[in-house]
This record gives sequence, C-alpha cells and structure tokens, in this order.
Amino acid sequence: MALLQISEPGQTPDPHQRRIAVGIDLGTTHSLVASVRNGVAECLPDAQGRVILPSVVRYGVDAAGAVTREIGFDALAAQVDDPKNTIASVKRLMGRGLQDIASRAQLPYELVDKPGMVAVQTAAGEKSPVEVSAEILATLRYRAEDTFNDDIFGAVITVPAYFDDAQRQATKDAAQLAGINVLRLINEPTAAAIAYGLDNGSEGVYAIYDLGGGTFDISILRLSQGVFEVVATGGDSALGGDDYDRALADWVLAKAGVTADTLTPGDKAALLQAARACKEALSATDSVAFAVRLARANIHFEMQAADFETATASLTQRTLTAARKALRDARLGKEDVQGVVLVGGATRMPQVRRAVASLFGREPLTNLNPDEVVALGAAVSAHQLAGNQSGSELLLLDVIPLSLGIETMGGLVERIVPRNQTIPTAMAQDFTTYQDGQTALALHVVQGERDLVADCRSLARFELRGIPPMAAGAARIRVTFTVDADGLLSVSAKEQGSGVEARIDVKPSYGLSDDDIARMLQESFSTAQQDMQARALAEAQVDADRMLLATQSALAADADLLLPEERQEIDRLMTALAGTRRQGDAAQIEAAVKALAEGTENFAAQRMNRGIRQALAGKNIATV
Amino acid sequence: MPSLQSNDFELFDVPVRFAQDSALLDARWKELQREAHPDKFVAQGAAAQRVAMQWSVRINEAYQRLKNPLKRAMYLCELHGAPIEAESNTAMPPDFLVQQMQWREALEEADGLDSLEEIAGQALSSKREQLSKIEQLLDDAKDFPAAARQVRGLMFIERFGAEVDARIDSLGQ
Repeated sequence: MALLQISEPGQTPDPHQRRIAVGIDLGTTHSLVASVRNGVAECLPDAQGRVILPSVVRYGVDAAGAVTREIGFDALAAQVDDPKNTIASVKRLMGRGLQDIASRAQLPYELVDKPGMVAVQTAAGEKSPVEVSAEILATLRYRAEDTFNDDIFGAVITVPAYFDDAQRQATKDAAQLAGINVLRLINEPTAAAIAYGLDNGSEGVYAIYDLGGGTFDISILRLSQGVFEVVATGGDSALGGDDYDRALADWVLAKAGVTADTLTPGDKAALLQAARACKEALSATDSVAFAVRLARANIHFEMQAADFETATASLTQRTLTAARKALRDARLGKEDVQGVVLVGGATRMPQVRRAVASLFGREPLTNLNPDEVVALGAAVSAHQLAGNQSGSELLLLDVIPLSLGIETMGGLVERIVPRNQTIPTAMAQDFTTYQDGQTALALHVVQGERDLVADCRSLARFELRGIPPMAAGAARIRVTFTVDADGLLSVSAKEQGSGVEARIDVKPSYGLSDDDIARMLQESFSTAQQDMQARALAEAQVDADRMLLATQSALAADADLLLPEERQEIDRLMTALAGTRRQGDAAQIEAAVKALAEGTENFAAQRMNRGIRQALAGKNIATV
Repeated sequence: MPSLQSNDFELFDVPVRFAQDSALLDARWKELQREAHPDKFVAQGAAAQRVAMQWSVRINEAYQRLKNPLKRAMYLCELHGAPIEAESNTAMPPDFLVQQMQWREALEEADGLDSLEEIAGQALSSKREQLSKIEQLLDDAKDFPAAARQVRGLMFIERFGAEVDARIDSLGQ
C-alpha cells in the first residue's frame, strides 16, 4: 500500500508545484510578456486582447497635485499633444550620460544631465530612465499576474547582446524597482534563437540579425542538441528603426526646405510619427503620401520607396559592416552559416531584407513574428530556469560583447577580459606600484574596444588602500574581473604579499545606489498602493519556502554526502527556519534563510562535485 | 575525482599531452557546463549559485586554455616545470629574430590587401610549422625547456599575425 506523505504543519512539501515564470522583451518601441502554458510559449494579451505594450510613459499632475501616469497605448496617443511629458524609446537612455545621446537635439523632451545617467524633466519632476522602464515592467508584471491570478516567481528579461555593463545594470535595477525577481538577463538574439531552434529542431551555425526600434545586434550562434553557444556578437546599441524614421524625417524636411531649428516640440513628435507611419506603409507599397501639419508649415509629399532606401542606405550599411565583423570574430565565412534569422520590427523593411539576403547569400528565415520571437524565447528560458522542466534540455553559453579593462599609465587601457569571451568568466592581471612607498592604488574600470581610456565607457573607480610601503614595482597587485552569467561585472584587487583586498560590484558610475532604489521604491506607483511591510513579509516567506524546498530536494538526492553531525546541523537550521517562518517577522525570516544558506554552502559544493564526477563517469562509459 | 584545483586535463578527463581532439574538447566542455552552469541552479538559493558560478568559470577557463594551441603549450610547459616567463626570459629559437625583422619590414611596406594577405599567409604557415615542432618536443621528446623556447617564438608569430589582421580589418572598413 502506498504511504501518503504528511508534511509538517506550515511546511508544505512543495509550495509552488508549478512556478509561474515569464519572459519579458523590454523593447525600445514596444514591450511584451510571454509565458509557457500547456507546453507552448505564448504572448500574454492585455484586457483588450493586445499583446504589444507601446514602451511609452506619460507623466502628469492631477488637480489635487498627485502624480499621474499613463502607460502604453494611452500614452502613445498623447505623444503629439503632450510631447514634453510623454517619454518614448527610453531604452536608448538606459545607463547613458547626456553626452552619449547622439540624437538629443531631436528628442521632444528635456533631458537633465545627472551624474551617472540622464533624467527626463517632466511635469511630475525628474524621471530616471530606470524609473520609466520600471513602469513598463510593472505594467507587464500586473498583466501576467492578472492572467494567472497568482504571483510571478520570476522573469527572464532580454537585453540587446551589445548592451554594456551600465545598460545591463540599469535594466536589472528597473526590474528590481518593478518588484520582479530577475531569473536571468538574456540577450535578445539568443532568445530569438531559442524560439527558432526549438521550433525547427535546428543544428549548426545561425546568424541572428536583430534590428529593433533603437538597437542593432548581430549574433553568430552554434546550435547543437539544445546547447546555444554564442560564438560572436556585435552591433550598435544606438542604431535602430527610430534612426530610419529620423533619416526619413530629415530627408523630407530638406526636400521641403524647412530647417530643424524652427520646429516646436510638438512638430518634432508629429514629424517622427508621420515618418514612422510612412516607413511602415513603405514595407508594403512603393509609394505613399507623407503628410504632416507643423506650426509654421504644412508638408505634403509623395514618398517613394527608392528615395527612402537612398536616404537610409548608410544606416543599412552600418548593420552589414557589423555583421561582417561578427563573422570575422567568429572565424567563420558566410558559407558556414546555415540560416539567418530576422528579429525586430525594423526587419520588415524590404531594403533591409534584401541587404541581409545578399550579404549571406540566402533568404532569411521569417516564419515567426519578428515582434514576438524574443519574448517567446525568453519565456521558454524562464520556464526552464524556474525549474518547471525536468532534465535540462537548454543550455545557453553566452559571451561578453565588449572588452573590459583597467586604465594604466598615460590613459591607456590594459584589456583584462577580451570581447566574445564565454561567460561566466574570471580573468586576472597583475599590476604593480609606480612610486616608492606607494600605499594606495586607484583603479579605473572601463569597457570598450579602443586603446585610449577617453574613448571607452567608464564603468567604475575604486581604490585599494593599505598596501605596505615598498620600492616602486615591488608590490604585486592582482586585479580579477568576474563576469556572471547575466554579463554583470564585479572587480576585486588583492596585494599578493600582504593580502590587502578591495572589491567592487560595478555600479557607481552609471548605476543606482541601494539608497536611490529605496527612494524610488517609496515613490513608485508600482508599490505605493501596497503595504510595504506586508509585501516584505510575503517576499521573505516565499524565500523561506524556496530555500526549504531546495534544501529538502538536495537532501533527498544527496544526503549520503553528509556526516551525521553535518546532517543534524542542516536539520536544525531547517526546523529553525520553518519555525521562524510561522512567526511572521520579515527580518527574522530573512536572517534564518541566510543562516540556512550559509549552513548548506559546503553541502552545495559537495553536491556540485558529485554532479561533475557523474558527468565525467557517464562520458567515460560512453566512450568505451 | 575532479576538484576546482584539478588541472585542465584532469578536469576534462583527456590525456595530458599537446595533441588533442578538438571535437572531443567541445563536447566535453558542453557536458561539463550542463552539470555546473549556474542556470541549472537558479531555483536553489545563493549558495548553490555561488558554487556553480565557480565551477562554470573554472570550466570555461580550462576550455579556453585547452582549445588554444599556444595556451595549451604554455600550460604544459608550466605543468612540467618549464614556465614560459615571457617578460623575463627572451631566449628565442635561432634564426628567429632575422625572420621577425624581415616580416616587420614587409608589413611596413605592404600597401594593399594582396600584399597583406600574402604576409598573413606566411605568418600562418610559420605558425603551423612551429606548432608541429612544439608537438614533437612536448609529446615525443618530452623536452619541456626546448618546447618553452619554441613557445616564446610562437608568441611573437601570434602577435605579428594579430597586427597583420588588424591592418586587414582597417582596410575592410
């Protein structure tokens, strides 16, 4: 007779039988959320049945002085009437300083130069791009929670492969602000490859050409038996469909003899909207009317596809140059490429399709909706990361898109992690002191391919202090760069003789401090209506359940690795955590979770060793 | 039993020698990452994540070294007590400096893609030659100090090859 399992009171054996995990494509023009339901990834629609959420947020102040927000289609509709408070394409501002934004003159809103990252001046005050992105993410989170009528365990959020550390960190901060547990940041082209790879059962080398609203990515991937190995990646994080709109608008202005400095903010927004509509129409027809009413002039013009192609040829050319470079980095020729996947709404432009087909000598694959494919792939990844799928069919081996280095004498960059290195990775380089008796070393961390610090992106500065005074050149300081699976960097420095250490999670230059995040959380719409304390408790309890469940399943599998006293200690910590969880004090639960996590660290290491050993043993049998 | 301290060859369970089956290394890399990658342990708490990250980093490091013939040769020399010490030890194979100077002159005079590609071709065949000498010294003669000398020469060829590639790249843009 089968025995029924009886769990301890308050300690269900599996609090989340199926964890709800979503994939979010946080796009320049629009964003989507998708999830795996009944084994199939699908985009989740809003109450009106629309899967796309325009990445547009409008801020305002109501009669009572309270901040108001509109997000998505409502905000999009207000763009021309209220351009200064309606923020679109905020992704282009993520992790960027004012001087980084090439097209700032054409943006209808007012940017404020802030240390680290620009902000937008709105009727509701200064808004950081991270806050604006968080509004979009929170909207998608609510959509998913409404769909499933349950909390979301976590999300995979996609970023352009070419995003640097500052941009990735900003994206992760936005998710945190929106109350989302980030399972992983994955690269958009990789997500697209997952959606395609699983659908088509493909093997071999694939090129993913991803031209979105504001970013361009090219990735070369090798697919084999569920392994998605990124061989090389390249692109331009400031080139996308928006630039085609602008080029078209500029071309029309020049043709009409209107100079840009006579345009009002409303004119700018209206022009860009007309340009986008015209661009989209030209994907289906050879000629279309371009009509826009400006403050001082009316423009009416018959736009030809051929003219549009000429006006944007240099943009298309930039994408092809990046694609060739990625192939060279991969040490592959175009004949090695088995298929080319088009991603992003901007790849609907016929001139782009023709250019890609002629570069690779083959027609690109387009059988999945280019707007949805990234979110779908992210959903598949999220489903698996959340542990809903037994056996790990998917393995993503991604690379770092841009080299990482340290400033040395004369403003030169010493490269420590070269681009296209598979992550996670840790690489070290030894440095020494410059002067006799030097006791501190200032480290400046940069990202980019150029040799001069001035041409690279500054990521962080920190200091190693307390080096024992020695002759110049005698100290041996090892600087280690560690890049995790999300592509995020931490740096540590250690003087080898004395053991003096310093460490930094790279955030300061462009990121937000924990205080900033706490402040924004306070102000945020996403959480203002909720009782913060209740929320903290619920989160701590979910953490506790997760930790208990993980430890139980680890014990079920590998308890034999433990000595009796080690097992006793883990059991004690689990009982303590289960007891604390029932008492309902968030801080105490967190402390008990931490204690269990620390108490099982050694066990986790042993289990990992066993996993590797088994992998090798399995392989040895297979080769005999 | 492999540990984080195992050498690259033990970790990948391949023979400790220069000659390696590249497809086997690829396959082994993916197998090991399947077991150790942090993604496999997302739902299992921070401790498991940290350990998985260490393993995953270690596996990638070993793979990069095993996969690249120059790095593999350097590593074998070090394992056998003949470190390369490129900064302090400049002992080179004979005839080497003369050839280097000839190449540098040719590179300076090169004015087009054709001449650059010809130089790149020479560097490549010289690299292959050097690698087969290194393989012989490491795997057959087991003369590690001699292999280390050849490796130092190979480092120069690689650096030169990279410079030629950079010139070709700059023409392509």
